[in-house]
Amino acid sequence: MSAPQSILPLEIRRLVFESGDTRLLHDIDVTLSAGRRTIILGPNGAGKSLLLRLCHGLLKPTSGEIIWRGAGTRSRVIRHQAMVFQRPVMLRRTAIGNILHTLRIRDVPRRERRERAEAALALAGLSHLANRPARLMSGGEQQRLALARAWVTEPEVLFLDEPTASLDPAATRTVESLVEGFHAAGTKIIMATHDLGQARRLADDIVFLHKGRLLEFTPASEFFENPQTPEARAFTQGELLW
Amino acid sequence: MVARIIRCATAALLFSFALGVSAQAQNGPITLASTTSTENSGLLGAILPQFTAETGIPVRVVAVGTGAALNIGRQGDADILLVHARSDEDAFVTAGYGAYRRDVMFNDFVIVGPRDDPANISGMQDASRALTRMAETGSTFVSRGDDSGTHKAELRLWAETDIDPQSASGGWYKESGSGMGATLNTAAGLGAYTLTDRGTWLSFRNRGDMEILLEGDPPLFNPYGVLLVNPKRHPHIRADDAEKLVTWLTSSTGQAAIAAFRVDGHQLFFPNAE
Amino acid sequence: MDTFFHAFAEAGALLASLDADFLEIVGLSLRVSLSAVAIACLIGFPLGAAVALYKFPGRGVVSLLLNTFMGLPPVVVGLIVFLMLSRSGPLGVLGLLFTPTAMIIAQAILVTPIVAALTRQIVEDLWREYGDHLRSLNAGPIDTLGTLIYDARFSLATVVLAGFGRAIAEVGAVMIVGGNIDHATRVMTTAIALETSKGNLATALGLGIVLLVIALSVNATVQIVNNASARKAALA
Repeated sequence: MSAPQSILPLEIRRLVFESGDTRLLHDIDVTLSAGRRTIILGPNGAGKSLLLRLCHGLLKPTSGEIIWRGAGTRSRVIRHQAMVFQRPVMLRRTAIGNILHTLRIRDVPRRERRERAEAALALAGLSHLANRPARLMSGGEQQRLALARAWVTEPEVLFLDEPTASLDPAATRTVESLVEGFHAAGTKIIMATHDLGQARRLADDIVFLHKGRLLEFTPASEFFENPQTPEARAFTQGELLW
Repeated sequence: MVARIIRCATAALLFSFALGVSAQAQNGPITLASTTSTENSGLLGAILPQFTAETGIPVRVVAVGTGAALNIGRQGDADILLVHARSDEDAFVTAGYGAYRRDVMFNDFVIVGPRDDPANISGMQDASRALTRMAETGSTFVSRGDDSGTHKAELRLWAETDIDPQSASGGWYKESGSGMGATLNTAAGLGAYTLTDRGTWLSFRNRGDMEILLEGDPPLFNPYGVLLVNPKRHPHIRADDAEKLVTWLTSSTGQAAIAAFRVDGHQLFFPNAE
Repeated sequence: MDTFFHAFAEAGALLASLDADFLEIVGLSLRVSLSAVAIACLIGFPLGAAVALYKFPGRGVVSLLLNTFMGLPPVVVGLIVFLMLSRSGPLGVLGLLFTPTAMIIAQAILVTPIVAALTRQIVEDLWREYGDHLRSLNAGPIDTLGTLIYDARFSLATVVLAGFGRAIAEVGAVMIVGGNIDHATRVMTTAIALETSKGNLATALGLGIVLLVIALSVNATVQIVNNASARKAALA
């Protein structure tokens, strides 16, 4: 799934975000490369969501830079990305209608749309719900639909903002396996979570945030076995709550 | 899909709009601006179909007060006027807005009021004196107050008295600023006096306990004139067809039709074209 | 009370008899008001949505004006359109005064602010919900507008009904620009005004009852269709 002109690696330099008088992200510096599943980990209020939204272009930094490779316009870059939110945004249409909408926005030729939508639904295990109004589906089904929607855009980078925070364990596992599917197809995964177990299951790299600062950026195995900072240590022991 | 619907709907609307516009421009009917008194009495509804049957020219009647009708004529929005305010009609022609004026018919005004007649005017001969009596007793009088022919006739009656009714406006003198029918409704509702043309009165259906209390005084004579809007000033006027209506109204056929119009057996308008 | 009784009797008689003149008046009322509402939606939906979505200088003022113009006095609009369409006016050459087209124009002017202002609010609320997703998709302005308007279709149906209610009920504008000409520009409300001025109060009220029945039918139809479709699409 990498475009002929890849947008990775992503370089984040001295990124600062302020809202009003409050500084919410302090001098984030990190480079994210293709092929590794990156988990943004940290307690609530650490700034994980903000970081994702800044990278995806939904927010503008107060200062600092977010540099994708090939540095095109925002619209060129964002076409290679997709994002799944904590609460899925479901259009007031059927499940397949939601996916067809995405395909139309992406200017996919009309005759291809239905086929690709049905394939994505099948992948997400939602074929039997194709004509169900999306808003009537369960939380887990909606999140799977959101992922199916992202799938048809063939993204190079997939951002996920705590996608299973409100789901039960079974639904969580299903979502995680879909995320694995993206990874297997070559999509770069950048996912925020505060769930240690999920991070352990999925991460190749950990970006550990606390109170708006990037405290650690290490391969997952090292992070969990030997966290460098006291905050990371406390967090992995389930003691750091915010 | 939505975009397609929008495109089709817009096209359809613009098309029918264009049809509408072009239809107006071609063989439309003539427009007669007249007064609420002629409309409400039912006269025009009775005699104009005869004209249309004979000539094939449909007539559309816009019924407003005399002042408004003259204004519509000034703007060129009507082809022909039928009103009852002689001095204003003459001014209209003199100023070049009208090609000419012809006599058509007359009727008269009457003063109507509550049966118990608080100002005690019943049987009086002099309309202006009756109005004075109303002012003296503070009996409610409803005026048209709208620059119409009836309103101007009323003001001429007041001019013969020492009274300035304007100073009592809102008190016993109430200016409705409305057409004859609405004014009669108001008078009936207030148990008040008012000046009305006989035609409207005879076909009015909400009299309450009002009745005619004074009639026959010469100043109550109410002549109507027909005016052709000046085609030199407004070249788009359907002058030829409109002139046919003027001719018809003043011809023996038209005059007879006017005379034949009755309500409850009463003749409302009296032809007087020469 | 007598009058009320006769009014209901008249209304019943009118509806039962299907008198030709009466049907003509009803038909014209519906034609004028429905056309006006259609035009108002064509303009008002995108206008309201655009004000909701795009930041431009003077946006607050436009919003304020839209809200204010929801209460435009019909008689004032009628007067302005009258002056514009008069032969002596700027658009006189079109020859539209005293025609149903003029009435449609006047009512469209009255209804458009209602549609636009209410659409603005609805789209604003919906954007709050859909914004992240649509921006994530990098949807262009037309696509965004189209998505929001389509997804808001049930709320917008109610907006259309509000506009229709305003149009079918007003008398001031159509009286002035139409002239209440028999067999040409007479609609239900101007007919009611005329009958009132002739003192035929029972007839006037009877016509009024018929007007209410018609408005009720239109609203009921839309509501039934709306509810059925909404249930299907699960407007949460």
